[in-house]
Amino acid sequence: MPTRSETLAEAARLRRRFEDLGAVPVETPILQPAETLLDLYGEDIRARAYVTSDALRGEQMLRPDFTVPVVQMHMDGGAEPARYTYSGEVFRRQEQDDDRANEYVQVGFEVFDRSNPAAADAEVFAEFSKLLAPLSLRASTGDIGILMAAVEGLHTTEARRAALMRHIWRPGRFRALLERFSGRAPVPATRRALLAQDDPTADAGPEIGARTMSEVAARIAALREDVAAAPLSQTEMGALEALLSVRETVPYALERLRDIAVDLPSIAGAVRRFEARAEALAARNVAVETLEFEASYGRSLMEYYDGFVFGFYASNRADLPPIATGGRYDALTRRLGKGVEIPAVGAVVRPGLMLELAEDGQ
Amino acid sequence: MTIKLGVPSKGRLMEKTFDWFARRGISLSRTGSDREYAGAVAGVEGVDLVLLSAGEIPRELAAGRIHFGVTGTDLVHEKLARWEQQVEEIAPMGFGQADLIIAVPKFWVDVDTLDDLDAAAAAFRRNHGFRLRIATKYHRLVREFLRDAGVADYALVDSQGATEGTVKNETAEAVADITSTGETLRANHLKLLADGLILKSEATLWRSRVVGLDDTDHALCKAFMARIEAD
Repeated sequence: MPTRSETLAEAARLRRRFEDLGAVPVETPILQPAETLLDLYGEDIRARAYVTSDALRGEQMLRPDFTVPVVQMHMDGGAEPARYTYSGEVFRRQEQDDDRANEYVQVGFEVFDRSNPAAADAEVFAEFSKLLAPLSLRASTGDIGILMAAVEGLHTTEARRAALMRHIWRPGRFRALLERFSGRAPVPATRRALLAQDDPTADAGPEIGARTMSEVAARIAALREDVAAAPLSQTEMGALEALLSVRETVPYALERLRDIAVDLPSIAGAVRRFEARAEALAARNVAVETLEFEASYGRSLMEYYDGFVFGFYASNRADLPPIATGGRYDALTRRLGKGVEIPAVGAVVRPGLMLELAEDGQ
Repeated sequence: MTIKLGVPSKGRLMEKTFDWFARRGISLSRTGSDREYAGAVAGVEGVDLVLLSAGEIPRELAAGRIHFGVTGTDLVHEKLARWEQQVEEIAPMGFGQADLIIAVPKFWVDVDTLDDLDAAAAAFRRNHGFRLRIATKYHRLVREFLRDAGVADYALVDSQGATEGTVKNETAEAVADITSTGETLRANHLKLLADGLILKSEATLWRSRVVGLDDTDHALCKAFMARIEAD
């Protein structure tokens, strides 16, 4: 196992590499206001971040990653375009696995640039690929933007599209919604009984709490609309399922996605962006012919990735988490920017794991 | 050397625990004044009685400070991460049954399942600007349950008592709490979700997996277990 000072030295070396690419080194506080992270990720963040508190400032979290504070810093007046690098400890609460570190060093590289997203995606991936090359890792890639485009184009109600979009990052719930919207899962009996009544709220009992009777009535109206709506067509369902199961090398994935776009024309733009990225990657000497692409990759990473996503894994060390992960997170900048959006792509790597694997190899 | 048995220090849970052991020929009693937490054991060799709050028994088992302990499944599952590795379930004791459930106001006729709760939470957050609050003291169990069910846009708020009252007081919109008959829920105009059962709990005798045993301790544990299992 590498010592702490070895890890920090490796982190400094990696950070200099990113500085050589024009990245400005930045620091962020270790304590982050819990409210921001809870707003973004919901209660689930408590399972992976340490929460502490004092009587004055309330709940604080030990930073579980750098992305949120770096984005906030950039949005508070960073120049554009901008690129940043950072290195330091992040803290991850572990409740399931003793072998997972709860504190480790990350080095990151983030690019905020509107001009050419495909080129920015390719640059970030290629740089990480280069610096990890000596470790012969396996790279996985995906593109959540294609799935989002598919959902946006579905011929169904706005409410259904919004519900699916809200659960893009929760594959289980997303699947359950699809089953219902396609009519494969029946409307629950209690819901049918409720909607069969003329005035379901007639004997509802006393109104207590902050959620009001009119909110209940509004949801009943929404449910009535939903049962009246036509199910998702077989064609669209089939195409969505084909899309979710795409797992090929990049050239074959591209071919499959073009086929799927015949039934789901709304993904055409996203597929063209994928193609442009593949070209930009090839231009940077990434071997796209053998690069894996998985359409569902990255959906459960909890990171607000909404475009290109990737991770690097040690095939002979299945016990290790990914050595590096990254992707495009325009959605995060939209959430944090309250309407202002800055296209952003970035990635982080764990120097401690890099050294550990290098030792393994010797 | 002696081995230590941790038992809830008061109330019906203590009395029923005493009864349960009495039926197995082991007599537990409190000694000294009513206010002194000291106890005695008769009918089995080398066992010390440690009277503790039921909520502290999981921690004491996991730390190996007691060999055996009586407490609810809910408390063990909530307080111990990967509890199976730290404690072993010896015997469900047939009392203290209670369910950890999710309940919402009865007038929410549109909410019957977790799927409904999730949709209501999304709309609530849009309308009110904050996440739908669920009052509980079982943070970990509730969070894991809702994560597995894919429910989003809720917030857990801490409530250590009178949890059913939080909705009326507008400090929460829903609750996740222990109930045995559901009477308190009904009295507070709340109802269960159809698929909102998080855990069925009952008073249970546990053995610590982490406590170090010498030969004498080992023999004492074996003898104690034999008495329990003879039943």
